[in-house]
Amino acid sequence: MMASSYTAKEEDGHHSGSAAAGGPGSSKSKKPDNTAFKQQRLPAWQPILTAGTVLPAFFVIGLIFIPIGIGLFVTSNNIREFEIDYTGVDTNSPCNRCSQTYSWNISCTCSVPFSLEQPFESNVFMYYGLSNFYQNHRRYVKSRDDSQLNGDKSSLTNPSKECEPYRISEKKPIAPCGAIANSLFNDTLELYYIYPNGSRTLIPLVKKGIAWWTDKHVKFRNPPGNNDNLTITFQDTTKPVNWHKPVYELDPNDPDNNGFINEDFIVWMRTAALPTFRKLYRIIQKNKDNMTPTLPRGNYSLEIAYNYPVRSFDGRKRMILSTISWMGGKNPFLGIAYITVGSVCFFLGVVLLIIHHKYGNRNNNADIPN
Amino acid sequence: MAREIGDAGAAKSSTTTTKKQHKKRKGKESKTRTVHSNILYDHAKGEDNPNRHYANNKIKTTKYTLLSFIPKNLFEQFHRFANVYFVFIALLNFVPVVNAFQPELALAPVVFILSVTAIKDLWEDYRRHRSDKEINHMDCLVYSRSERRYVEQYWKEIRVGDFIRLRCNEILPADVLLLSSSDPDRLCHIETATLDGETNLKQRQVVRSFIDLDTEFDPLKYNSVIECEKPNNDLNRFRGYITHRNGRRDGLYKDNLLLRGCTIRNTEEAVGIVIYAGHETKAMLNNNGPRYKRSKLERQMNVDVFWCVIILLVMCLFSAIGHGLWMYQYGDKRPVFDVLSPEGTDLSPVVSAIYLFLTMIIVFQVLIPISLFVSIEIVKICQVFFIHQDMELYDEETDSHLQCRALNITEDLGQMQYIFSDKTGTLTENKMVFRRCTVAGVEYSHDANARRIAMYQEMDSEEEECLSHGGTLPRRESLCSQHSGKVVLRSQSTKSHRRTGSRAEAKRASILSKHTAFSSPMEKDVTPDPQLLDKVNDCGSQMEFMRFHSQLLNQIPPDLCDVFDFFIALTICNTVVVSSPNQPRQKVRRFELKSPVKTIEDFIKRFTPSRLTSGSNSSSSSSLATNRSSSQRVCSSMLSSPSAESTLTKLDEERLPAQCLQQAFSPVPPNYDQDKASAPAECELRYEAESPDEAALVYAARAYKCSLVGRLPDQVTVELPHLGKLTFELLHTLGFDSTRKRMSVVVRHPLTEQITVYTKGADSVIMDLIRPPTRDDSKGKRQRKVLYKTQNYLNLYAADGLRTLCIAKKVLSKEEYAGWLRRHLEAEAAIQGREELLFESALRLETDLHLLGATGIEDRLQDGVPETIAALRRAGLQIWVLTGDKQETAINIAYACKLLDPEEEIITLNADSQEACAVLLDESLHYIQAKFFCSSSADPHAARAFQQDYTAVHFPAPPACSPASSGAASTFLVHRLGLVIDGRTLAYALDKSLEDKFLAVARSCRSVLCCRSTPLQKSMVVKLVRNKLKVMTLAIGDGANDVSMIQVADVGVGISGQEGMQAVMASDFALPRFQYLQKLLLVHGHWCYSRLANMILYFFYKNAMFVALIFWYQFYCGFSGSAMIDQWYLIFFNLMFSAFPQLITGTLDKDVSAETLQELPQLYMSGQNSEEYKPYMFWMNMIDAFYQSLVCFFIPYFAYADSDVDLFTWGTPITTLALFTILLHLGIETKTWTWMNWASIAFSIALFFTVALCYNSSCPTCYSPSNPYWTIQRLLGDPLFYLLCIVTPIAALLPRYFYRICQGSLFPSPMLVGRQLDKLPLEIRRHYLNQSKMKLGSVGAVHPPRPQLFPFCRPFFKDCSSRIRHTHSSSSTTTKQKDKAGQSNPVHSKSMEMKDTPVRSKNPENPTARARKGSGSRAGKQGSGSPCSETVDSRGQTTGSDGLTESHTLPYPKDSPHAGEISHPAGPDASLSPEQSSPERSWLTSTPLLPQTESVQLISPPSGGPPGVTYTKNQEVLDCSNQSLLLQKGGVDPAHLPDCPKEHSPPPSRVNHL
Repeated sequence: MMASSYTAKEEDGHHSGSAAAGGPGSSKSKKPDNTAFKQQRLPAWQPILTAGTVLPAFFVIGLIFIPIGIGLFVTSNNIREFEIDYTGVDTNSPCNRCSQTYSWNISCTCSVPFSLEQPFESNVFMYYGLSNFYQNHRRYVKSRDDSQLNGDKSSLTNPSKECEPYRISEKKPIAPCGAIANSLFNDTLELYYIYPNGSRTLIPLVKKGIAWWTDKHVKFRNPPGNNDNLTITFQDTTKPVNWHKPVYELDPNDPDNNGFINEDFIVWMRTAALPTFRKLYRIIQKNKDNMTPTLPRGNYSLEIAYNYPVRSFDGRKRMILSTISWMGGKNPFLGIAYITVGSVCFFLGVVLLIIHHKYGNRNNNADIPN
Repeated sequence: MAREIGDAGAAKSSTTTTKKQHKKRKGKESKTRTVHSNILYDHAKGEDNPNRHYANNKIKTTKYTLLSFIPKNLFEQFHRFANVYFVFIALLNFVPVVNAFQPELALAPVVFILSVTAIKDLWEDYRRHRSDKEINHMDCLVYSRSERRYVEQYWKEIRVGDFIRLRCNEILPADVLLLSSSDPDRLCHIETATLDGETNLKQRQVVRSFIDLDTEFDPLKYNSVIECEKPNNDLNRFRGYITHRNGRRDGLYKDNLLLRGCTIRNTEEAVGIVIYAGHETKAMLNNNGPRYKRSKLERQMNVDVFWCVIILLVMCLFSAIGHGLWMYQYGDKRPVFDVLSPEGTDLSPVVSAIYLFLTMIIVFQVLIPISLFVSIEIVKICQVFFIHQDMELYDEETDSHLQCRALNITEDLGQMQYIFSDKTGTLTENKMVFRRCTVAGVEYSHDANARRIAMYQEMDSEEEECLSHGGTLPRRESLCSQHSGKVVLRSQSTKSHRRTGSRAEAKRASILSKHTAFSSPMEKDVTPDPQLLDKVNDCGSQMEFMRFHSQLLNQIPPDLCDVFDFFIALTICNTVVVSSPNQPRQKVRRFELKSPVKTIEDFIKRFTPSRLTSGSNSSSSSSLATNRSSSQRVCSSMLSSPSAESTLTKLDEERLPAQCLQQAFSPVPPNYDQDKASAPAECELRYEAESPDEAALVYAARAYKCSLVGRLPDQVTVELPHLGKLTFELLHTLGFDSTRKRMSVVVRHPLTEQITVYTKGADSVIMDLIRPPTRDDSKGKRQRKVLYKTQNYLNLYAADGLRTLCIAKKVLSKEEYAGWLRRHLEAEAAIQGREELLFESALRLETDLHLLGATGIEDRLQDGVPETIAALRRAGLQIWVLTGDKQETAINIAYACKLLDPEEEIITLNADSQEACAVLLDESLHYIQAKFFCSSSADPHAARAFQQDYTAVHFPAPPACSPASSGAASTFLVHRLGLVIDGRTLAYALDKSLEDKFLAVARSCRSVLCCRSTPLQKSMVVKLVRNKLKVMTLAIGDGANDVSMIQVADVGVGISGQEGMQAVMASDFALPRFQYLQKLLLVHGHWCYSRLANMILYFFYKNAMFVALIFWYQFYCGFSGSAMIDQWYLIFFNLMFSAFPQLITGTLDKDVSAETLQELPQLYMSGQNSEEYKPYMFWMNMIDAFYQSLVCFFIPYFAYADSDVDLFTWGTPITTLALFTILLHLGIETKTWTWMNWASIAFSIALFFTVALCYNSSCPTCYSPSNPYWTIQRLLGDPLFYLLCIVTPIAALLPRYFYRICQGSLFPSPMLVGRQLDKLPLEIRRHYLNQSKMKLGSVGAVHPPRPQLFPFCRPFFKDCSSRIRHTHSSSSTTTKQKDKAGQSNPVHSKSMEMKDTPVRSKNPENPTARARKGSGSRAGKQGSGSPCSETVDSRGQTTGSDGLTESHTLPYPKDSPHAGEISHPAGPDASLSPEQSSPERSWLTSTPLLPQTESVQLISPPSGGPPGVTYTKNQEVLDCSNQSLLLQKGGVDPAHLPDCPKEHSPPPSRVNHL
């Protein structure tokens, strides 16, 4: 009876009535509790997706996204970026000669001149970029021993199996082991500003501060021992196959940047997400006086110690100079994405408005007979 | 007799025979079990004990031991394929070449899932263990050989062959053969509620050999051997025999066995020997765990899981090929980043690709949702919890709520298409109320009783207000006072009524007391019919007078004699147990036990000295006491003995002491009633009956002062008015069974000393067994008249929806009895085929009966049944009623509960042979096709028009008029037709050759009613429909006869009502009442279905979307199987981060509120059509998932393109984005947002960030290879991260969101309409619902798949409604008369159906009926002119109207018209002889169908008759040609069936009026 003539009004009466009646009796009987949860009557918000109800949301999204997108786009556009490919695939390219070698151990230098059309203000970040380099290859990514890099003594002498086949060389454990370390980018880039008079001056490149702080100070540590003489610390190990010099000679001048805590090494060890990537190489700090731009416009020359072979995998090497903003490097995409999504929302809002006007009324009439 | 047993210990000679038998038995050891007494064997030397092989009584229901838990549980879990799959994948990680993740980590989810399940299993097992321990350590008295007394032992120490002593209210520890009882009758009462839920006490009897034991049973002297069946789970069967030392054998039956788990009641002490112990007891064997079914949704889901596997393989293959090509392009120049395999070997591209394939399977494993199965289980448990908790499914009267016994098919409830319902106890209350009776051809209408019942109903509705029931008292008393011969009883009944107050209270009280199982006051109180009461009093006083004055009984007129016998039969022909709960069982231990006759010698001994045999010679001529003279003779014979009293004295002198006589036959003191009044507690007798019918009859008899006061196995004591207590010696009870459909008792009548058989049973069988009057004298005439009238009344009762029972008696001569007894005893003693032999024996006895009368018992419809059925039907459910009741009763109940609509045509199929059945089916098919062909042509148009209406429910495209005989599962048109088929025809129709046709007919009908069907047929019907039509079936029933049907159906629902628990035990869901089905299906079923369907779809989406992210990445990592998403996130994403919101939504989401779902049952159809989860939806979801993953992948890709971002610093935002997108997606799909939804989403996000922060800061060197130290911390400081997190989910979800909006605005589904309704304020909603009820209601009233039929068909029905053809109208004039009558008063326009049942063929009027039939068919041919002209007229009127007027929808005139009719023949002029019965009166003989019914009767003649099939149908179909069709068998020519008249299809504009 109750079920058949169940209406909302009765439910209301039901509420109070049976709550009172069910109170004392509920302990004895199996009568279910009349709680909103158990009776599935929790107060609820029931959004109904119709054109009318969601119209504002679309317009609001559109109105918010488009300005954000414009802002992002402008920000991105304000970033100065200069990129130069020095792979030397072109026969004209100054590095063509160097690029012919496939070996890791033949050093070759070349110099690539370029000119900046616009001055670079503020700090300039110097990146090297590689293309077609699958640093995200599954086996490559795994091929490292974090404990060893963290300075674990036992891992130093007995690296993880993950490092195979770059684990032991000449019956000595490799330090740092693994394919990532083995393929360390070992080109040396130097930047010269060429004054209009032809003389050139080396632009000071800061090589510290390019790695994550946590990497430098937490993840990567030299094995315990005499910090000043890493040679002893690493004496039982051998250098990776492709390296020119052992790990303790990465930056012999600065003990804080030598061994595993060499920042170039740390940066390299952070494997890139995509096959085309750039890695921070150096920072060109802005001039103290703030009067002249960090990199004024003019001619420059990039001096490369060309060691890193990329021809085997059709790779490209680039040098990138870039300033950064709060949102990182130059990338107009996000701004465009925001503008696009905002516009689409706005457009859909208009469509819905039309729908609402054309069909919404009918629905309302049908809904509410009055 | 078997007294030797007691001192048999001395008889050593018999041991050899025992041994021999023992040896012999060894051969068939496999079939039987032999039980010796343990006392005979020394306990220390256990190996001698022949019982040692049997299980002991220690039970262990636990599945595991401490040691075996892990292997066994794992083994069981690995039965689930998914688990094996995931373990395989996890193990794959241990192979270095292919591993993708840290192997240990990869195991985590599998281990987690497995351990959750294992912990659940362990907990359950522990609980079982505890309860086992508790049970095993219960105490019991066991006879100890050494101490020579009963000592307390734990249950678990009991062994087969032990003697145990049980005291009152103890629980039986094992299956025990009852050897001794303190009860003077050697009975033991047990309560079997724990086994079968039946609350009445059952009697168990001491093994026959031990009955006569005088002294206390001494186990030491027992040395018999018991041989019985192997343990089995049949509670109602136990067979075996006991062999005593002297070689004597006695049969053992189920009456001797006390089952484990039962409780001893009303018996101080009982001793027995353990036969089955522990796990071999019947109770334990019956104890099988929960049922496992797989729901339709799960089956569907599994298909899509399979598709997921295929997608997975395709993706893996693609990646593998890609990787091979990628490798290949480098040729020999191995790039630095392409690391060699750990062994340092160079892998060829092909080998790499193969390895990679395996790796990819690991990486993409998430696509097969490991947590889906667990989540579904959790959600289902929650759903079950909520269903349990629903207050509206709680029945206060019985304090029971719905039970879900099968936990995993809740969502099937939302997809039901066919409901198969039992009638009795399911649609009706199974509370039998005595309504009417006819005795000796005179009807006693019990009008006052009817009024009283009406009053109960009235009171029921206002019971709340009616706090003081005093207000209702005067009314009732005024009703009763008119026949207040005995005010005392009356006041008692009112008192009892007052005490119990409302029916609800009474029911609860009765359940609490557990003793009056079936007796609500409504059933107990019967207001006697004054006329009949007078007669009874008359009869009683006359008898009393005669007894005291030794007068001849022939002064009693035969009808009085019949009345007397009638009430005796009502009182004693049953198995009702009497108990007075307030007092202890007061039984005098008799010196001599008059046990029921057990042997021939016994019989001869007991009966030979009786002189009465000579007296009963008169009836030994086997002439029934059906006519005046014979009954006079019986009466005279009664008095020919000196007096009843002296007879008894004489008889008793031989055996009985005087005091027994006192008890057996105590004269009524004049102030008896006053005595009774002074001690009301004493007469507060309670009757415990096996079926409510019996109780109702006993209560009815009590109302006439014929009350049953005591029942012992061998005697029944009845208290009669004026006569006082009479004790009938009970010789046999031939119990009720469904095949015989009757029960009999054989008693020795105390007054006449005749051996009398009282039989009570279904009218169809009893009427066949009535001895036809042979002579043509007045007796014969009277007899014939009585038969004839009784049949009429039976038909009327049936038409009124009453359950009819016939009461008959038979007087046996001593010789007859002896002859029968001999064979009966043989049957009883038989071990093989005992049941069959007893059955045959009963058949032999129940012949040549003398009809006493008939009763009509009302089985009231349960509350809300019509509304429920209407709602379910509007919900698109086909409801079939399968009942064992007779056709007329069933049809009328069907009308009463709105299963059949008065406007519907009814096709009745009654066939006598296979061929006839085939022809009938063919013709029905043609008829249906012909009749409804027209409407299908206009269908598509109508459907389109209909669907444009936004309230339209989406229906499947209506098919064209497909040939109905094709068994294909195409959607069928369902017409406004009802099909009624009886059991016999059903048996033919279910034959392989006909089942397709039967289905074709049945599925075209809106409702199907199968009468007289056996349990097997019920299940066959369900199976047929389920398998052939591929539909979801639900069977609902309450009795043991529904069990097979319940088990066959997809969902079995048991009504936990009156008829015990068997149905409930077999069911998946147990409901207290039928009406709860509405909410269970429409609300919970719908919710469960839509929740689960949405959740499953969401799961597929979620996993696909997540996995696709990695897939896209493969294009940028050389298809190397690398993943930018950290493996932790990858593995726990499903398990933790995104798991809770979907569980909450899957558990709590309500697409439409319960109220709206109930008020718009049409919404249920979405589940039937699987609209929430269609195959295409899976693919749509997959496409959406791929789109979303593309967006989620490429926005970060471009945002970070050519930057110095590292792998996991780039992957983490993607994970976050994906999480947001997935949660927001869920948000779009969530219909109701409760705080729990918000909380769960917030929790998910918080959990992700917490885990990420902890994980990213916990260990700088662990978690190779990702080593995500400080990644998320850095990201949180990066504005780009936030910018990505805002734009990407929005871009990803735009299409779906927009689609949903468009769906909501442009083409809202009915669900959406329902939701919109929910939002409306209350008054507006109500107003709208009322409106829509009219609007949609008309839609729903028609059949769902074809609502558009309605406008077309309506005119037909209208036209037809008043023109009913009668298949057997005797002449055209009659037809005309009836037509006129039909037009003036529709009530009289009953269509009459004359079935040529065997009953009638014995009727003297049968030839006439047949003749009439012949002429009727002729009339059908010729006399159709006039009705046709009428039809044309009426059509002229009606086609113009819109067909929606209500003028013709006459309600079923339930009571009032019939009451008038019935009183009519009951009047003085009712004594019409059959010959007199004019055609005008012929309606009396027929089964009145319902007034407005336009019926098509397809009746085949009896198999012996001419082969012609009269196919008379309503002229309406044919009125275009104005001709009637008489189709001959075999000559069915569809061409004769007129094409549907084109003029009937209305103009298209008509469609829109809906």
